[in-house]
Amino acid sequence: MPNTKRRRLFVRSAATSVAVALGATALAACGSEDASEDPSGPVSLTYWTWTPGMDKVVDLWNKGQGKKDQITVTVKKQASGDTLVTKILTAHKAGKAPDLVQAEYQALPTLVSNDAVADIASEVGDAKDKFAEGVWQQTTLGTDAVYAVPQDIGPMMFYYRADLFKQYGLKVPATWEEFAETARALKKKAPDKDLTTFSANDSGLFAGLAQQAGAKWWTTSGDKWKVGIDDAASQKVAGFWGDLVKEGAIDNQPMYTPAWNKALNTGKQIAWVSAVWAPGTLTTAAPDTKGKWAMAPLPQWSDSENVTGSWGGSSTAVTTDSKNKAAAAKFAAWLNTDGDALNALAKESGIYPASTSAQLSGAFTTPPDYFSNQPDFYTKAAEIAETTAPSAWGPNVNVAYTTFKDAFGKAAKDKSDFAAALQTMQDDTVADLEKQGFEVSE
Amino acid sequence: MTSTSRRAYGVKGAPYAFLLPATILFALFFALPIGYAIWLSFHKVKVSGLGLGAGARKEVWAGLENYTDALTDNELVDGALRVLGYGCIVVPVMLGLALLFALMLDSEKVRLAPFTRLAIFLPYAIPGVVAALLWGFLYLPDVSPFYYVLEKLGMPQPDLLDGGPLYLALSNIAVWGGTGFNMIVIYTSLQAIPAEVYEAAKLDGATPLQVALKIKIPMVAPSLVLTFFFSIIATLQVFSEPTTLKPLTNSVSTTWSPLMKVYQDAFGKGDIYAAAAQATIIALATLLLSFGFLRAANRRNKQDVSQGGAR
Repeated sequence: MPNTKRRRLFVRSAATSVAVALGATALAACGSEDASEDPSGPVSLTYWTWTPGMDKVVDLWNKGQGKKDQITVTVKKQASGDTLVTKILTAHKAGKAPDLVQAEYQALPTLVSNDAVADIASEVGDAKDKFAEGVWQQTTLGTDAVYAVPQDIGPMMFYYRADLFKQYGLKVPATWEEFAETARALKKKAPDKDLTTFSANDSGLFAGLAQQAGAKWWTTSGDKWKVGIDDAASQKVAGFWGDLVKEGAIDNQPMYTPAWNKALNTGKQIAWVSAVWAPGTLTTAAPDTKGKWAMAPLPQWSDSENVTGSWGGSSTAVTTDSKNKAAAAKFAAWLNTDGDALNALAKESGIYPASTSAQLSGAFTTPPDYFSNQPDFYTKAAEIAETTAPSAWGPNVNVAYTTFKDAFGKAAKDKSDFAAALQTMQDDTVADLEKQGFEVSE
Repeated sequence: MTSTSRRAYGVKGAPYAFLLPATILFALFFALPIGYAIWLSFHKVKVSGLGLGAGARKEVWAGLENYTDALTDNELVDGALRVLGYGCIVVPVMLGLALLFALMLDSEKVRLAPFTRLAIFLPYAIPGVVAALLWGFLYLPDVSPFYYVLEKLGMPQPDLLDGGPLYLALSNIAVWGGTGFNMIVIYTSLQAIPAEVYEAAKLDGATPLQVALKIKIPMVAPSLVLTFFFSIIATLQVFSEPTTLKPLTNSVSTTWSPLMKVYQDAFGKGDIYAAAAQATIIALATLLLSFGFLRAANRRNKQDVSQGGAR
């Protein structure tokens, strides 16, 4: 008797273990909303987004323009970034993706390559001149098609503690060479402080820095992809940060940790290479130092240059599963080009708009609360946004980003060669493309 | 005549009718997803050309490719070794403490037993992710109160989130969270031991230590086997603790444990096929290990019983 009991228990727990191990894949079978509607009558659309406050912005549409056009949009709040990409792909596999989705620019090739997002060139093509060329190009992937409407962008900038820079007699670096000198000078004056840290837990930062240096990670020639993650520009960037970490001029611990928050809040780290959305992060990470920070353009690789990278930013795309693509495209265009919509997005969601005309109007005529000491914050930001370098995303950015975290995390920890980590990133990305059957040129 | 046969039929069909709901649920929510995962594990995606646009991506038969890839993947093997190292700390320490606490609570001279029992059990009620966050906070030198005290005392401040100490740090979270549960399991079976046994032992002049070693531990052996069995499975499936600690340190990679690798491949890299194959391998390994352990434990039990009979 005890034997049978034990056996039964065993079967159950063994089965549970299988279930847990397979749980991840089993989830893939779950579907989503039903989007079948009569195209001629009133239309209702589902929109997956992670932007906070988006429901309030969509309310504007549903009560105004949308009411006129009989197009009702429902917001379904989602997890951000890559998690949503996976969810969209899974839903698309079941033919049940929502009508509209939010997608980061670097995720668009993945979505396009899975045939998950539709070409809406004929519906939104006119919106092209509302955006900077480099931004718009990310939604076309260099083709005649248009796969999304840009929503927000993340031009990169240099943030620093103005008071501490003054105290230690540091100059705001205009070039990366000066940036390194500044880091060393600070170490000499205050050995327990760091200018900043090299963090390996957000691949977007490194991608943006490489982009500024002129890296083109994914390009096409004919029917083949070319991966240039270890190109000269990226090697320069990797080498630069690797040397700083190695000589101990900057910290090597990840950002977004309680320790990092404390370092920013107490002035242990006195600068941060970030993007236009930094005020929001600093407000929560370093509340005590409000009004002590200042923003400047990103350091340049040479005096004559004036270029920045982008870190973050997303777009609104229409899925191929949508039964009302024209209506969905109409909403996507309204959301990201209409003055009222953009004002509401800025106010409710705190995004920095991709639309150039919106960058200096409405909410952006006054500086963010955290930077009240810098009245021209958004004027400067708009100028910097104009200098954003073009980016080149490919169909497996997710793989490159994942490899970055592990390879550079290890290199930063060991203070070892960043070039080797970059090589790993290149190799893994190429191997994954080849495994999937893409043609890759050397 | 008719009524008898109908009754006979009804009796014959009854067990199946009772089984039906369970069978349907099992098939729908258990066999089917597992079957689908196994089906996925034998497939892969094949892209043609640049892979942009409709119909560029096809699901094709992969044979054993995903399995050979998984088995030759150093990262998966390394992950398994890391988990082995972690398990070698967690399982003995956790079960040792659980047994010790259970024996102490069961002894006659204990005071404040209900409170102590609850205090030891309480961490089990805290979700793993919350526990890991909590401990992660305590492990970070810049924010931990422990490091503050160590610094004031002029003592060395080890980096707990790197190298060897990282295993201790992770194990500590599991031990802290799991000891209470295992203690309750063992304690409950200690309570079930009939009082006559103790009385007899006392009459024979056995000391409390002898009672514990010679009577209590052998009599709760089945519970020990059970807790050991659960602990092995839990160890093999460690996921939330390292995942939660990962953003705090460069030392925990996204593929630190085998299940993290499965998650990473499925949701980070979007390769559900490879992830399905790895999940199947982990499930099989879990089955083999736990089944092997149970069989070994059963065999020993039987030997003990027969020896006991001979004596």
